[in-house]
Amino acid sequence: MPFNIAIIDYEMGNLKSIYKLFRYLEVKSTITSDPKNIKDADGVILPGVGAFGDAMEHLNEKNLITTIEDIVKEKKPLFGICLGLHLLFSQSSEMGKHKGLDMIKGGVISFDKTKVDKIPQIGWNNVQLLDENHFLVKEIPNNAYFYFVHSFYAIPKEKETILGKTNYGETEFCSIVCKDNIIATQFHPEKSGKYGIKMYQNFIHYCRK
Amino acid sequence: MPLAKRIIPCLDVTNNRVVKGTKFIDIKDAGDAIELARFYDENGADELVFLDITASSDKRKILIELVEKTGEQIFIPFTVGGGLRTVQDIKEILRAGADKVSVNTSAVQNSELITEGAKIFGSQCIVTAIDAKRVYVESPEEAQQNVVIKVDNKYCWWEVYINGGRTPTGKDAILWGEEATNLGSGEILLTSMDCDGTKNGYDLELTRAFSEGLDVPIIASGGAGNPQHIVEVFKLGKADAALAASIFHYNEFPIEVVKRECNKVGIPMRL
Repeated sequence: MPFNIAIIDYEMGNLKSIYKLFRYLEVKSTITSDPKNIKDADGVILPGVGAFGDAMEHLNEKNLITTIEDIVKEKKPLFGICLGLHLLFSQSSEMGKHKGLDMIKGGVISFDKTKVDKIPQIGWNNVQLLDENHFLVKEIPNNAYFYFVHSFYAIPKEKETILGKTNYGETEFCSIVCKDNIIATQFHPEKSGKYGIKMYQNFIHYCRK
Repeated sequence: MPLAKRIIPCLDVTNNRVVKGTKFIDIKDAGDAIELARFYDENGADELVFLDITASSDKRKILIELVEKTGEQIFIPFTVGGGLRTVQDIKEILRAGADKVSVNTSAVQNSELITEGAKIFGSQCIVTAIDAKRVYVESPEEAQQNVVIKVDNKYCWWEVYINGGRTPTGKDAILWGEEATNLGSGEILLTSMDCDGTKNGYDLELTRAFSEGLDVPIIASGGAGNPQHIVEVFKLGKADAALAASIFHYNEFPIEVVKRECNKVGIPMRL
């Protein structure tokens, strides 16, 4: 089987920009909701823009929850982006209480209007790296800028899963999380210029191992 | 460092061409428009805006092709606007690879477009573009339905214009901005018609009224002639992003130079 990255399609957001980035890097990727395709891939992207509750519902309808659980058990690289990061957590309070995939312990909450300037946070913000030697951030400087669009953020219970932190207003939040073969970013590396591209290259390198 | 202020070059396109020419790239077709977009990406642009100024539906295909080709090469956010009238138009542009769309005339005529667009695609990708022009009055009482602000010992409110600035609507720009935000628009692209093209600086009072009054990011547009104008629109106008065309196109002031000027006075920039 040729090297392939599966981009999980569960009808939440624009997957094309991620697909185009892989094409730009001359790496084969497939936008798919087929569990077999996803399991056969060398690495899996869980993207997503939209609401948490809808996203879990779509994953459930497409029988993708067990697929994602299997990937994680098999130690296959899994990369969550934005809402994809949120879904990995135990629960979210976005428009009601919702259960998540519970692969990383913790919850997802909204920015507090009194502690930040504007909601959503839209724009470029710094990521402070807690482990500069981690494979995902190789050749990416500490405090580099990445592009964020979000109103909610995750709070991991196990602090050792936090790889990057970002400040918005008076709120410090987790912007990169990692646990074994699972990594996830709150920002959009595919919209973050050269360091975002570098991050995908680091992920691809990890998938090839 | 907090969230960086954004510098956004704007490309006016028509029939596959960038209309305002540039000194450093001889624009011939969309291929060159993409070259220009790449140039900006590599030289520090935080985002790009494409405005289709022909904006007739039969030309939509050309625009979609441009959006698709740009998406192949550019890995920073980009917004596309011009003549988008329906949810279907928005869908086609987003599907082609744009991250956001900007709506102007059609949103004034049919505000459902914002509501529907935000519901289907998310607030973050619906930018409402507002073209505003000052209307001076003797006293606030003279325009009680409007948000009147004192500017240099005079009073004025701002009127919304549509159809590329040709048609006045009687609508108050600040009230329309509030309404658009309440309907679900995630950002406002605010152009001062008084300042646009003058190179004398942005309308700081207009920008500040929007920035202080609304909860969503404000992209200021119209009037940039030098880096100091951009410093002012961030410091005094409290804008979240500054959009400009000619000062970047003619390479009078490269984006890097503008960003360094802003950074010198403590404005957070992605350098």
